[in-house]
Amino acid sequence: METMNTEITPIERVGLARHPQRPYTLDIIKNLFEDFVELHGDRRYADDPALVGGTATYHGLPVVVIGHQKGRDVNERRYRNFGMPKPEGYRKALRLMMMADKFNRPVITFIDTPGAYPGVDAEERGQAEAIAFNLREISKIKAPLITCVVGEGGSGGALAIGICDGLLMLENAVYSVISPEGCAAILWKSPTQSALAASRLKLTAFDLEGLGVVDVIIGESSENRVNDSEIYQAIDKQVHAMLLSLLGLSDAERRVLRFQRMRRLGEWSQSGI
Amino acid sequence: MSLFSRKKKNLEAVPAAERRVTTEGIFVKCPKCSTALFKRELEENFQVCHSCAHHFRLDARSRLAMLYDEGEYEELDAEVISCDPLGFVDTKPYPERLEQARRVSGLPEAIINGRGQVGGHLVFAGAMDFSFMGGSMGSAVGEKIARIIDRAIEYRGAVITFAASGGARMQEGTLSLMQMAKVCAGLAQLDEAKLPFISVLTDPTTGGVTASFASIGDVIIAEPKALIGFAGPRVIEQTIREKLPEDFQTSEFLMAHGMVDLVIDRRELRAMIINLLNFMMPSENILRLLDEDKEALPDTQ
Repeated sequence: METMNTEITPIERVGLARHPQRPYTLDIIKNLFEDFVELHGDRRYADDPALVGGTATYHGLPVVVIGHQKGRDVNERRYRNFGMPKPEGYRKALRLMMMADKFNRPVITFIDTPGAYPGVDAEERGQAEAIAFNLREISKIKAPLITCVVGEGGSGGALAIGICDGLLMLENAVYSVISPEGCAAILWKSPTQSALAASRLKLTAFDLEGLGVVDVIIGESSENRVNDSEIYQAIDKQVHAMLLSLLGLSDAERRVLRFQRMRRLGEWSQSGI
Repeated sequence: MSLFSRKKKNLEAVPAAERRVTTEGIFVKCPKCSTALFKRELEENFQVCHSCAHHFRLDARSRLAMLYDEGEYEELDAEVISCDPLGFVDTKPYPERLEQARRVSGLPEAIINGRGQVGGHLVFAGAMDFSFMGGSMGSAVGEKIARIIDRAIEYRGAVITFAASGGARMQEGTLSLMQMAKVCAGLAQLDEAKLPFISVLTDPTTGGVTASFASIGDVIIAEPKALIGFAGPRVIEQTIREKLPEDFQTSEFLMAHGMVDLVIDRRELRAMIINLLNFMMPSENILRLLDEDKEALPDTQ
């Protein structure tokens, strides 16, 4: 557990992050949380099964827990839309976070999505607006926010529930601005270059820790499968530690740190041309 | 030696296909209606076709000049430029692409920041330029937007952005993605400071820029017939395996679906922005009127 495997190539990690036997949000909720009540709907249009959330108890503390949800068999995959939320999913997530804020409860989110759904209906209902609105409004929430990337962190569709005070990432999860396949198709004009794209995009937990994006990497044993209790213990240990450290800060302190954290992100030059 | 011998060579007839008057640099053909447009007149008309009102893409500095009073503004943050945090190489190294983009566009970065007056109001504006790597948002673009927001809060000004972008800059990977969070967090603080943000969407605005600051203006204005969307049309076609309707992801489509406030001809844009700023910006005139109203109230004590 403590010895992380740095030998795995980035494209292999992409494969692991997408593995159908990887624990999904509802598996994690079942193993880490008690009294989970799934709450539904965005109060605007629909309920989105690709993004689930509700109230739960975590180590005795009432929290809101939210995450992308994929399916395992063909029917469930289709029902969950392969974990690709539509605008109503993001609006539901924000609604639940605002409720957490009202009752001053922490929010824990789990990221595992190929991306926001690219479809006609999603565009019609404002996919971009739903994501952008979340980015702005979640950053205003006073309650502690913890995000854990457990599988695929697919661009804006992942980030839309990923504004947080502490970002955790599983060792074999990935978090990227575009899929390696999409990047290869655009920059190399060849889908066969996706392994190369995966390594160039610096999408692994180790890369992102180095870039100041990820705060904590959660180590995995080689075979982390849905029935493997080790992975849940590992997630629990780090999420709980992060939660305790955030609860040790006042709302005002957390707010300052959160805005500083986001303001710092990125690397640029000051030298002009 | 003959008296009538030719000393000069025969004039060669120019083949009909090559016979033309040189008008390069004087006329521009409208890509929509094919009308030949006198270049200077096109510039005077805000790069809008006289005949069919097609809006040509505009460079960032012309954009700012059209916005500010008397076309005067101070350019800010020109020293903030992209570096290569990932050491990214695709078919070319990223620094080479940056160099090429600077040469082609004549700009230091895909966005130009300005400070000046618009209708007498203090405005910090950022205009994106599609000719610089497709107007993509990397760390430098995110930082520049964050800086105009910071300054607007400090000096109590308004923020106006002109989006023209293919989305996040892939060559900076997840750091580009994080710029979406960074600028939206800035806008959250602008909200709390009760200061205005007007977002203008121009052709094209897609991807990570649409899914961040561009879609959350207090007022969102789109230029006519611009391509605006989250996912690119090709990606959607591949996902749903159908041909998309003609007007899909145009300004007018977004207007019909409630995603933008106004679709406005570029020639009327500045006047509209001033109108909106008059509503949004704190003004001594309004405070005086409110005071007069208070005085007019009967004394309650």
